[in-house]
Order: sequence, then structure tokens, then C-alpha cells
Amino acid sequence: MLTFASNMASDLKVDCQQESIEALTREAETLKAKLEEEKAKLGDVELQVVAQRLNNIQGFTMKPRRVLKGHQGKVLCMDWSQDKRHIVSSSQDGRMLVWDAFTTNKEHAMTMPTTWVMACAYGPSGTLVACGGLDNKCTIYPLTLEDDPTAKKRAIATHTSYLSCCTFTNSDHQILTGSGDSTCALWDVESGQMIQSFHGHMGDVMSVDISPSESGTTFVSGGCDKLANVWDMRTGDCVQQFEGHESDINSVRFHPSGDAFATGSDDATCRLFDLRADREVNVYRKESIIFGWNSVDFSVSGRLLFGGSNDYTVNVWDSLKALRLSVLYGHENRVSCLGVSPDGTALCTGSWDFTLRIWA
Amino acid sequence: MVRAAEKRSMAYRYKRHDAGSANGQSHEDNPNWMTYKKMEAILERMQDEQTGVCVRTVKSFMTKIPSVFTGADLISWMMRNLDVDDQTEALHMANLMASHGYMFPIDDHILSVKNDNTYYRFQTPCFWPSRSGEPENTDYAVYLCKRTMQNKQRLELADYEAENLARLQKMFSRKWEFIYMQAEAQIKVDKKRDKLERKVLDSQERAFWDVHRPVPGCVNTTEVDIKKACKNNKARPARISYIVPGGRLSPGVSVNDLHDPAQGLTQEIECYRRRLGRRWVKVSKVAESYTSYYEQYAEFDAFITPQEYANPWIVDNAELWDLEKTMKDLPQRRVKKWTFSIYELLKDPAGRDHFGKFLAKEFSGENLNHFLLDHNIFKLMKNDSYTRYLRSDMYKEFLNGTKKKSSGKRSLTLRIESRRSVLSLTNYSTKST
Repeated sequence: MLTFASNMASDLKVDCQQESIEALTREAETLKAKLEEEKAKLGDVELQVVAQRLNNIQGFTMKPRRVLKGHQGKVLCMDWSQDKRHIVSSSQDGRMLVWDAFTTNKEHAMTMPTTWVMACAYGPSGTLVACGGLDNKCTIYPLTLEDDPTAKKRAIATHTSYLSCCTFTNSDHQILTGSGDSTCALWDVESGQMIQSFHGHMGDVMSVDISPSESGTTFVSGGCDKLANVWDMRTGDCVQQFEGHESDINSVRFHPSGDAFATGSDDATCRLFDLRADREVNVYRKESIIFGWNSVDFSVSGRLLFGGSNDYTVNVWDSLKALRLSVLYGHENRVSCLGVSPDGTALCTGSWDFTLRIWA
Repeated sequence: MVRAAEKRSMAYRYKRHDAGSANGQSHEDNPNWMTYKKMEAILERMQDEQTGVCVRTVKSFMTKIPSVFTGADLISWMMRNLDVDDQTEALHMANLMASHGYMFPIDDHILSVKNDNTYYRFQTPCFWPSRSGEPENTDYAVYLCKRTMQNKQRLELADYEAENLARLQKMFSRKWEFIYMQAEAQIKVDKKRDKLERKVLDSQERAFWDVHRPVPGCVNTTEVDIKKACKNNKARPARISYIVPGGRLSPGVSVNDLHDPAQGLTQEIECYRRRLGRRWVKVSKVAESYTSYYEQYAEFDAFITPQEYANPWIVDNAELWDLEKTMKDLPQRRVKKWTFSIYELLKDPAGRDHFGKFLAKEFSGENLNHFLLDHNIFKLMKNDSYTRYLRSDMYKEFLNGTKKKSSGKRSLTLRIESRRSVLSLTNYSTKST
């Protein structure tokens, strides 16, 4: 008798829940439709049309200037030092290398306990590097000339799945990580404490980038849920969400103004999303481009957008006119990562062909 | 004619490979799936009987070479029918399609395309990477074994294949009898086929293995991104038991939150409300802001405007960076950039230094770092002190004291070596005047 009553109560509860969910679903639907209606009003002109008044970029050339050889596996990630000439790279051979790219000398080599080092980052001060991958951790290595960096390594972050990306905020003290566990997190480097976690992606996080403006309090992340999320770093809230891609987003990168960001996806398109307009404002695509984009970055004026592709090439786009300016041939396997140097004088690309290349 | 026969006779192998890959994953999960489908759409156009690449049987002395086309025919078709920019791009694309095994040179293990009279053949769909999955080593052993048993010159093993066979033989020593028997059975089936058909089939099978067990030094295109492999190997979150119209879940919900659908929906509604409550900018406005940002920064973009000092990467001379480190004799452009925003000012060590001096004068000795640490004071500084700094005599004097790039004195002291930098200097001075 008693059990019967309690069963009835729980049935009732389920019913109530069902009803309230239906009501909430309806409300969400109405709001979404309204939002889309409002958004449509904002699309008053296309970016390419406004950009028509700019001159076309004439005679653009970029040539390979350096080849960095030393990895014995696929290069998976790279990052520039603020000194404009040093580079850290990580590879499937389980090693992280620090290069003086200008002289092509290797200055440090660190062997990881795990192969597949998918992410690495250079500290803003230039005195430390971070990396991680299938070990689910982010580990810091201080760069000193006297000691072996591996002797002083320190794990500062742990995720429940692989580490896909990491980047320092504008100081050595905090690092932002993204993971296959579909979260991002901000960590205190000194104590290894998590300062803030960011939940909201429905799939693996592939890439993060911190806004270059507003003293770095927002960041963007892209993932296998095909979405790009913009986060408030202080509160942990997802403040904006951008959809449009038809497959995994592998790379996100802020426009140097901090008002927009570019994405590269497995759907063979790159896109430009604007934070102020809360929508996609450009798509970079071409019928003959069929391979996915692994990595994107802007030139310092924001006019050029570089994309590293699974088709072994780097494409250079006029980001405003949405025209492809050039294709950089040279790598012999997928281009997995790329980055423009801090002073904008060079582009570095890393590839599954085990090399990194500098273009200028 | 040959093609129809192919389809029938390949059925048994198709099944075999399909079964080999049926380890609980469908081919759609392959991270390369989307790319495969796009290449196959192009391949379909290439193989169109009316508008595709001309496939023919070539008669040569005593023999016939069935179902081939030349590299030159292929590239010219691509130039006419695809939106490639130039021949380099067409050739690059053809090479990529070949490295995935969609077409192959008729007698070369290296899957590349040359723009000449070399003969190529299309792969049969059942050997496409999207349909075949990752084949087992035993399949490879059967295949190599079969070739050694046929005693035909065109089937002779290459050195690396012979080495692979030796390794496999060691690996499968106990199973070898079984592998041998399978090879024998396949030969029996093959023998019933027409001679030309067999020629085509043998080459297609060889190309299949050239994709999956490539010649040492060639790219294995079936490899997948480790992140994507991890993604696929993870246990998928259980299907959500309720349906959100629009088909997608809300922001602010992670897999961990899924046990409470109401919470997820509340968060979704919250997010929509917040977005509706905000005022968004029109695309015309934001487009205007990108173009003006570009116009402001174009002269600092080394990829767009030739720079005052030669690019270190191009002239193998690090003078530019050495100059940037010095705090004296700053170029005027650099000081001008401080007016773009407070971030530009603080990014430059010299700007930071000079602004610090300004603040110290204004607030009698307050330290700049103190301001930077406090968010509120930073805002105040951004809106107030920064504007006053730009208007101050201190800044103006400093700007006027800087060197203009066209000044003869500077170019003399710089010992400019490269021709390019001299050119860029003249370019610049004509532009700036």
C-alpha cells in the first residue's frame, strides 16, 4: 500500500517534470525564433561589399625562409616567443623542442613521459614553456641554461581527457587549457589551482584563444560540437555562442582588434564571426578546397588570414574581400599548426612531415 | 564493358574488406569521411561517360592496355571543370586524390600524377578508402603470397614488398598454411576471369595496398588525427532522452549536466534572453570597423607594406630586432602607434616607460604597475590619463624628437645592405610625403 502511494507520487512528479520541460522547450523555441529574427535585421550589407573600396592586394609573395628539422614524428603544435625569434614545438615523437628559429638552432629538448604532445605554449616572459597531450596534463618546464629543464618540470593542470590546447594569459602566472573532456579551465601556474572552469561545449574542445583587447578577460573556444563559444574569464559564463560550421572547429583565433575571430574547420571552410554583431560575417571557401583546416591566424592588420590545411598547403586569404590571395606549397604532409610571429614579420607552420617552416 | 564485369567480380573482395573493418565502427565515423565524400563527388564527374575524362583501351605492340587515361588529359580536364586557380593547383589536387588511391599510375607503386603521357586508371569504388576501412595484416599477407605464386613478371614483388612478406611470414608462422590456402583460392577465382579484366583488377588491388601499406617514404593518407581518433574512441554520451526543437542543446550545458533537462533548458532560455537584451551592431558598422582597422595598421603589416627596416627573415640580419630593443632614437611610426589605443602604448616597452614617467609626474611618484593591477583604476587610466597623455606636451615633444624614416642621417647610420630595404625606404618616403 505504502509502495503504491509512493509510486503514484513519483509518477506524478515525473508528469509534472514532463510538463514543465515542455513549457520550457516552447519558451526556448520562441526566444530562439525571436533572436533569429532580430539577427536577420542586422545583416544589412555584406562585408565583401563594404571592403570593395579597399585596393586589392597586389603582387603578394611569401617564400620559405627557414626549415626547422629535428622532430622524429609529426609536428602537432607550435608557439612563438614574444622575442619574435624563438619557437616551441611539440611532436608525436614525445618531444618538445625550443628553437631559435632565426639561426635554426635547437636550444632545448624535452622528452615527455607520453608520446603525442598535442599542445604547447611559450610563456610571455620567455623563461618557461608548457605542454601536454594524451597524459591529460599540462606541464610547465622552466627554461634555464644551467639545468636540464625536465628536472624542474611541474604538472599544473589535469583534465579528464587529453589536453588539446593551452595558452598563457598575458602573464606567466595563469594558463588557459582546453581538453577532450569538453571543458576549458584557467589555472594558477604557481599553485596549480584551478581558478575557473568553463562548461558548455558538447564535444571535445580543440582550440582556445584569449582576446587581445580588454586586458584579456574574454576568450573564445572551438570544438567538435561545431560551435565557437565566447567566455567571460572572471565569471566562467559562456556569453556568446556562434554556429554555422558543418563539422569540427579545429582552430579559433582573434582578429587583432579583438572584435571578431576566425575559425578553421573540418568542413573545409574558414569563417569570421563578429562579437559586436553576434553573427558570422564572412565565409572563406572555394569549390576546389575539399580538405579540412587545422589552424588559422591573422596578419597584424587583420587583412590577411592564413589557414593550414590537411591538403599540405597554407592558404592566404584577403579576410575582408574573402578572396584567396596565395597558396603556399612546400610541406609534404598535413599542416597541423601555424602562427604569425609577434611582430608580424614571419609565419611559422608545423606539419606531419616532421618539419616546421618559416615563411616571409 | 570491363567496368560492369569488374563490379561483379569484385564483390567477394568487397565483402571481405567490409567484414574486416566491421569492428563496431561505421565508416562515417572516420575523421576523413567528409573529405573522402568530396573527392568522390569530383571523381564521379571525372568518370562521367559524356563529360568526364576520356578513358580508353590503348593498343600497343602485341598487347592491349585497358581502361586508361593520360596525366595530361586529367590535368586539362581539371583545369576546364574545377575552379582551380592554375595548373599547379590542379596537379596538387590530382596528386592528393592519387595518394588516397582514387586514381593511380598503371605501373608504379608511388601514387602520384604527372602532367604528361603516363597512363593512369581509376580505382573501383569498393577499394575506395571510404568503403574499405583499415584492412588486416592477414589480408596483406594473402595478397603478397598470391603474387609470389603466380609467376608473372608484372606481379613480381618490389624489394620493400618482399621484406614485408618476410616479416609477415615470421609474424603469422603458425597461420601461414591458412594464408597460403586463401591465396590459392583467390587465384582460382582470378583464373576464371577475362585477361584484360584481370589486368585491371590486379592493378586496382595493387593500388589499394599502395594506399594502405605505402612504399617507404610515401605519406600514408589513411592515418587520422590523434585528437579525432580519441574523440571517436570515447564512449559517447547516452542519447538525450528528450528532444529540443531545433535539434541542438543549449549553451551552458555539458554532458555532466544532462541528468537534469530542466536546468539545461533554463540556462538556454537565460542565454537567449541575455542575447535579446543586448544591442547588437549592424554588419555595415562592423565591416566599416575592420576596414578602418586595416587602414590604420596596414603600414605596420610586414606582409602588406614593405617595412622601413629590412625583414630579418628575408635579409638574414637581425638589425631590426636590435633596434627595437633600444629605447633611444625611436622611429616616429612607433611612437605614433601609441595613439591607436592604450594597449598599443603598454605593449611597447618604450611606451610603457614614457607613460610611466608621465603618470609619475601627474600623481607624484605613483607606480604604473600599481595602476595596471587594479581593474577599476585601469579603466580610469584608460579613459582619463591616457587621453591627457596623448594631448600632453610631454608626448608631443617626444614624438617630435623622434626620427622620421626619410631622414638622411638615419639611413646613413643604418648601413643598409639589402637592395630591398633601400627600395622600401624610397617607397615609404614617397608615400609619406
